[in-house]
Amino acid sequence: MYLGRVVGRVWATVKNPSMVGQRMLIVQPLTPEMQPTGKRVVCLDATGAGAGEMVYCVRGREASFPFLPAEVPADTTVVGIVDSIHLKRPPKAAGARNPMHKKGRK
Amino acid sequence: MLIARVIGELVATQKHASHEGRKVLLVQPLNLDGSDRGDAVVALDAVDAGVGDRVLLVTEGFSAMTAVGRPQSPIDMAVIGFIDQIDLLPGVE
Repeated sequence: MYLGRVVGRVWATVKNPSMVGQRMLIVQPLTPEMQPTGKRVVCLDATGAGAGEMVYCVRGREASFPFLPAEVPADTTVVGIVDSIHLKRPPKAAGARNPMHKKGRK
Repeated sequence: MLIARVIGELVATQKHASHEGRKVLLVQPLNLDGSDRGDAVVALDAVDAGVGDRVLLVTEGFSAMTAVGRPQSPIDMAVIGFIDQIDLLPGVE
């Protein structure tokens, strides 16, 4: 799952019939230090999250499971609204990252 | 599976029912040298891990759901073990 913030909504009147009635949100992925990281994605909503809320999303096949038995063609779904974060990262790593710097696997 | 370190916990009241009763951990994947490997992720806890522990992280749905014991639920990452020690061949970094 990935941490993110809801930064917008998407409306689509013509879409797959099984998507009818689903809310679509634009989510900006975040680091635990609340810095934006990576590109914004469109997510379905399984929790009723609203604008500006911090959420966490599930990606992949599992993203359609909250809507069972309906087979919704979702690949990213908001599954939780974050109330608070208790972060204890070692000090050397905290705040050291630059969100504009593309990170790859070493 | 990835080597990772637990760096925090999330509190979420409003969440999918399958996540209830499990800790929601913030986990930082690590390289073999201990440096950060990409961004931290959110994972459900299957072994009662805590902040600071070095753990084994699965990043695929079936394995994560099986570990947590909740099939057909929206879980794509789970902490499935503690790492006590890692041995590498000489020259491997």
